Amino acid sequence: MGRLLIRRILLGIVVTWVVSMMIFAATELLPGDVCHAVLGQGATEKSLESCRERLQLNQPMHTRYLQWLGRLATGELGTSLANDLQISDQIGARAWNTVRLAALTALIAVPLAVLLGLIAAIRADSSVDRGISIGTLCFISVPEFFTGVLLVYILAVQLRWMPAVANYRDLTRGDFLEVIEALALPIATLTFAVLAHMTRMTRTAVLNVMSSPYIEQAILKGASRSRVIIRHALPNAVAPIVNVIALNLAYLVSGVVVVEAIFRIPGLGTLMVESVIYRDIPTVQAIGMLFCVTYVGFNLIADVMAIIANPRLRHPR
Amino acid sequence: MSAVIDIQDLWVEARSSGGSFQPIVEGVSVSVYPGEVVALIGESGSGKTTTALSAMAYSKPGCRIVGGSITLNGRDLLKLDQEERRQLRGREAAYVAQSAAAAFNPAIRIGDQVIESTAIHQLMPRDDALREAVKLYQRLDLPDPERLSNRYPHQVSGGQLQRLMAAMAMSSSPALLILDEPTTALDVTTQISVLSAFKDLIRGQNTAAIYVTHDLAVVAQIADRIVVMQNGKVMEAGATEQIISRPENAYTQTLMAAVRPPPKSMSVEGEGSDQTDDEMIVSVDSITAGYGRTETKIVLQDVSVAVPKGKVVGVIGESGCGKSTLARVIAGLLPQRSGEIYHHGQELPNVARRRTRSVLKNIQIVFQMPDVAINPRHRVREILGRPLDLFIGLSASARESRIDELLELVELPTSYKTRLPGELSGGEKQRINLARALAAEPEVILCDEVTSALDTVVGKAIIDLLKKLQANLGVAYLFISHDLSTVASFADHVVVLYAGRVVEQGPLASVLAPPFHPYTRLLLSSVPELRTDWLDGVVASKAHLDHLGQAVDSSKVGCPFFSRCAVAVNDVCNRQDVPLRKMDQGHTVACHLELDALRG
Amino acid sequence: MSAASQAPSETDLKTRFTPSLIIGLVIVGFWLLVALFGPALAPHLESDIVTDMSYAPAGEVGLLGSDYLGRDVFSRLLYGARMTMGLALLVTLLSFSLGVILGFIAAISGRWIDGLMSRINDALMAFPSIILALIVMSALGTSLMIMIVTVAIIDSTRVFRLSRALAMDISVMDFVDVARSRGESLWWITVREILPNTLAPLAAEFGIRFTFAILFISALSFLGLGVQPPAADWGVMVKENLQGLLFGSAAALMPAAAVASLTVGVNLIVDWFLRRMGGDVSQELMN
Ligand SMILES: Nc1ncnc2c1ncn2[C@@H]1O[C@H](COP(=O)(O)OP(=O)(O)OP(=O)(O)O)[C@@H](O)[C@H]1O
Ligand code: SF4
Ligand SMILES: [Mg+2]
Repeated sequence: MGRLLIRRILLGIVVTWVVSMMIFAATELLPGDVCHAVLGQGATEKSLESCRERLQLNQPMHTRYLQWLGRLATGELGTSLANDLQISDQIGARAWNTVRLAALTALIAVPLAVLLGLIAAIRADSSVDRGISIGTLCFISVPEFFTGVLLVYILAVQLRWMPAVANYRDLTRGDFLEVIEALALPIATLTFAVLAHMTRMTRTAVLNVMSSPYIEQAILKGASRSRVIIRHALPNAVAPIVNVIALNLAYLVSGVVVVEAIFRIPGLGTLMVESVIYRDIPTVQAIGMLFCVTYVGFNLIADVMAIIANPRLRHPR
Repeated sequence: MSAVIDIQDLWVEARSSGGSFQPIVEGVSVSVYPGEVVALIGESGSGKTTTALSAMAYSKPGCRIVGGSITLNGRDLLKLDQEERRQLRGREAAYVAQSAAAAFNPAIRIGDQVIESTAIHQLMPRDDALREAVKLYQRLDLPDPERLSNRYPHQVSGGQLQRLMAAMAMSSSPALLILDEPTTALDVTTQISVLSAFKDLIRGQNTAAIYVTHDLAVVAQIADRIVVMQNGKVMEAGATEQIISRPENAYTQTLMAAVRPPPKSMSVEGEGSDQTDDEMIVSVDSITAGYGRTETKIVLQDVSVAVPKGKVVGVIGESGCGKSTLARVIAGLLPQRSGEIYHHGQELPNVARRRTRSVLKNIQIVFQMPDVAINPRHRVREILGRPLDLFIGLSASARESRIDELLELVELPTSYKTRLPGELSGGEKQRINLARALAAEPEVILCDEVTSALDTVVGKAIIDLLKKLQANLGVAYLFISHDLSTVASFADHVVVLYAGRVVEQGPLASVLAPPFHPYTRLLLSSVPELRTDWLDGVVASKAHLDHLGQAVDSSKVGCPFFSRCAVAVNDVCNRQDVPLRKMDQGHTVACHLELDALRG
Repeated sequence: MSAASQAPSETDLKTRFTPSLIIGLVIVGFWLLVALFGPALAPHLESDIVTDMSYAPAGEVGLLGSDYLGRDVFSRLLYGARMTMGLALLVTLLSFSLGVILGFIAAISGRWIDGLMSRINDALMAFPSIILALIVMSALGTSLMIMIVTVAIIDSTRVFRLSRALAMDISVMDFVDVARSRGESLWWITVREILPNTLAPLAAEFGIRFTFAILFISALSFLGLGVQPPAADWGVMVKENLQGLLFGSAAALMPAAAVASLTVGVNLIVDWFLRRMGGDVSQELMN
């Protein structure tokens, strides 16, 4: 198993490396160079020159790539093309908002999804199961902005239970209740987005296990329902469920971008979108790298958990 | 004495794909007395397992018991509630499933699973139960009984798991044991030891048992009474001797007729075909082949086989020994690592696409699983028409009438032309398979286990058809099978494969007569016979119980059969290359022992 | 089982047309009609300013009120249907042909080509799709063309993976081996033996990819990176009118609900289709 794990982790590192090369190479796709594209047709020779200077475009590509990697590693990301602020400062200021949103969502969505998935699996083909199935299908289908807008419309506009737009900038100092109140709708929106998938996949994972012959064997030994589920099904379902969870946490990365935009939360997602609009390529690359590393990391965790939880691999012959 | 289990007029329904319920067991009655074994036999889908499971008031998901009474130890199970039924399961009745590999939970240690019934029903303390389990392991001839409990299921072999299932079922000393095809998934040689282990246990504990199987020869060894089922109904029930020797019901009679007599070591009679005289259609010479990209897995080693014109060459060996691989190499589907393939003495490219059209036409292949061997999206006309277009080239009307002819040849109505494979039964699909091969008018057909996915009766019909075609068309077969009786019933020449090597080959009569290769001898003595005392006789000779389920390593030096061989010579057999001993008529045996020693 | 028993019984028909399928068909059919004929029936042009009142409530101005510029929300919704669905269809067709063709090529070609194509695909799939789109668009700009191609390529990685897996699964089936042993060409094997057996799952995948394209495009438009105003696109409409929520206007809700209903509708059909395929598989196993 050790060798398998090491192989998997090495693979994760290779993937991260390839991803970094691709992110870096994105700027090289341009017909001219970055400065030309960013500053547009009206750019003076002088401003172009200083831009190139700043991005060190006169150096060969591989040197720039290595320098870029070095800067990523040290956090010295240079200044933004849009507003001359330090990129690392901007990211630092906003990262907390994003991480908090994602973490709180995970805290709510994961247990809820596993619970719903278990209920659906245990009561498979009942009306509860069918309800969960239709409900989750709907939530998988609808865009985040629909859930968000609908929640705002109902809870904030019609019922006036909470603020539609909170002042997120002050939240870093706000007390816990205030944070919760301000973040309730974004968290709810994001939760709906990941909940559905996780619930469905948990249900499938458990049902797969429940239909195996060893479960039937346990029933025929006279095991009670709870014993069948806890002793026989769960140990075998843990791996797929953990796998499902990690995969969906990876999905949070995408969801966060849209949800931040709906609620105008000054997080990394909004920063990235703004930077794309201003074509602030260094910032996009830095945040993109951050998101991708998180994503690859969660996928790696999913794989590793699946390996660890497999008894065949844990106790080799 | 009252019956342990008494099932009367049982009706069970199953939900069909449309959602409505259809009866799958219709008015079946079975009862079993203490110490008695009652066998339920019938084809797949006849309701055997459903009936057996009802003895524990259990029905598979999607099924429901709708009528009758089930009395276990004097209590009517259908009147009990869920909790009371649960209390009975595992304590008064225990179940041994068809596939032990699937019925053991991969995440739990073997010992805990074996004694789980005793824990659930609080029959004895855990330590006592584990100690009892070790005794059971010993009685079942399981290796390393002291430490077996601590292992995980994937750490022991299939045959051992199947015996562990028996230990699991017996740990709570139930009054009723239900065995569902417990040896079907095993090789013949393993089957015997498992079978005799079950028999001992049942006798020793005076347990009542229901034994589900489709194999009559197995039934004869273990059952006191037989219940024959078809389509959810009982066809005939009676004592084993009576059913075997004087079946009354027409269906039972067909079933009996389909059982092939076991190959007897014949006295060499008649001429036997001397291979060297005939013209060889295909032959392979010292073929080595395997799978895998980087780490090569060698499956066939130094295999030489030849198929003479119009003759049947049988290839026999246990699962995984490389039989299918051999067929795939000859057909040009798997390039060999070394060695040559010849067609009428001419060397062939190792990939089908590079062979000439006439070679492709002359060597056809028919696969094991009828369900996946024909494209489910092609109609029968298309399936049979393609080889005609490719190899024969006919006008539209001639093509049509040739398709009719082919269907008639395999005894199917010509109206089947427009059907999709989904609209055919397994046996019918296999006939289409055969017809497709025949369409090319080949000289030889490679038949890979063409009957093993079929019920006995259907399988026999296919074999009869093959014989007829051979007689009428003069086509030759390379007939691959794991079933010695089938091979013996119509091969001219037999090749015995073990771990990817030919251990013995020669004319049928010489292979079935001494001198034997030790593996051939084991195979021969493992084929169950339709005699009720056969098993006891074989077990008395003891040759079987040793070294069961050892992993076969085909890449080792020395004799591959060493770890299971009863007459092996240590330090010789496992160290030195095995000499090939040649006799007349192309009969060869690969063994260190002298021919005289092998004769005994 | 005999062929005669294959005629559909009454209960079979009932399971064939489940309520959720009918709902899905009605929704999708409705939006298709709207996309085809909506603009012709719309009371105003998409860019017409019909009132100087922004966020006029429904009923007061037009059927669904006005948006932040005083344009008719109802008309823009009708125009948006064509825009959003048209774009999504274009993207899906692109991604689908790309993914299926490359996936099949990978599946039937040798180790080397397959390995190379699969690794490239894996690398693209190592990005969260929206992040990849953002990175590409930051470099190449946010024109509609670039968005379509970017989304199509990103989406095609999923199609590639599925069609490659499907083709691989089928290419190891015995009937393909039979064809090989007959000396059939790769082309024949792919087109006649493999392709017909992948059609059903690919059809389901097309539906899934279509909803994905709708969601992806409208999310990008919503972020201000896809379709640009004043063109009417559902995602754009949500973005433009988000502020209106504070004034109690439902102008943002309408297009969001339109996207939601369409994707739910398509997914209901796909779900039914997949279930039926599952049913067919088990039916085949029973025979
Ligand atoms: N495609 C493959 N890749 C890797 N190994 C394979 C492959 N096909 C077969 N093998 C292995 O090669 C060995 C021989 O397989 P083969 O199918 O020839 O056996 P067989 O004698 O036909 O068995 P059976 O009676 O079960 O059909 C087995 O150990 C099997 O696991
Ligand atoms: S060579 Fe030795 S081990 Fe092999 S079969 Fe002969 S006697 Fe047995
Ligand atoms: Mg085989």
